[in-house]
Amino acid sequence: MSGPRFRPGQPVRVKALYPPGHCRTPFYTRGKRGRILDMVDVEPDPQERAYGRPGLPPVPVWRVVFAQRELWPDYRGSDQDRVVVGIFEPWLEPVEEAP
Amino acid sequence: MTTHDHEHDHHHHDGGDPGRGEGGPHRHPFQPDLEDGPYSWHMALTDAVADLLLAKGLIGADELRRTLEEIDAKNPALGARLVARAWVDPAFKARLLADVNAAAAELGIDAGGIPIRAVECRPGEHHIVVCTLCSCYPRLLLGAAPDWYKARAYRSRVVREPRAVLAEFGLNLPEEVRVIVHDSTAELRFMVLPERPAGTEGWEEDRLATLVTRDCLIGVARPRAPLA
Repeated sequence: MSGPRFRPGQPVRVKALYPPGHCRTPFYTRGKRGRILDMVDVEPDPQERAYGRPGLPPVPVWRVVFAQRELWPDYRGSDQDRVVVGIFEPWLEPVEEAP
Repeated sequence: MTTHDHEHDHHHHDGGDPGRGEGGPHRHPFQPDLEDGPYSWHMALTDAVADLLLAKGLIGADELRRTLEEIDAKNPALGARLVARAWVDPAFKARLLADVNAAAAELGIDAGGIPIRAVECRPGEHHIVVCTLCSCYPRLLLGAAPDWYKARAYRSRVVREPRAVLAEFGLNLPEEVRVIVHDSTAELRFMVLPERPAGTEGWEEDRLATLVTRDCLIGVARPRAPLA
């Protein structure tokens, strides 16, 4: 096991994956870019726990800040509006830039 | 079914007092009993597990009842106490923002084992909480979530058009106030720490707490001092 992969402020993208079964990654974030806010915790993997398995070792969960306009290009409101979502680390990949 | 149930005019109460149901041989529909709804898989599972725990003597019926009673006794006044203390005590506020569960314990409030974060509203920045995937809610701090919080309409719309949703709750935020929505998808819960309203200078903590409603703690409303 290596340490946490990300640091606050780092631009990331949520992987645009659509696996079958249970996961805790909202559809509206998939393929979207945001910035790391902080690491919440490490938690057992819900995609394993959904099938009665322990989901160990636990996975870091990061809070990611998304600009509303990245999530919804036709968003009506301020350019400064944001959504903050807890994302399990395997769903995140580093990118060069994020809005 | 050969009775006359629905063959005649139900609203025709000859000579009787409609309010007392003496108008005729028929009865008005009752409000459905709880047991009239479908018995779902999860209800059956809950009952089965409870029965097993009792049958094996792992817990007693009174213990089970007491635990449910304690959970049901949780209510937004607990969260309001934290907010009021934070408004009058900056050091407490810092500890609340660092760790809600530990700060609650200072006031003798058991906020449970799931970590709760406080998100602070400031001038020019408003925070709202939702769980788009289900209905995660800090229920050991705020009590049971309102039905609308669990409804698909709120969950799907508040991340998509938070300003329109807030306006429907009666909170119209100007463009220069940024709106930040917190989606509690992982094992983390949120409470909003609202701004202390103007006109409450010199108020005691207990009085301040009365301004902090459940909806203020979710972020669909702001505490307001009553008009003088």
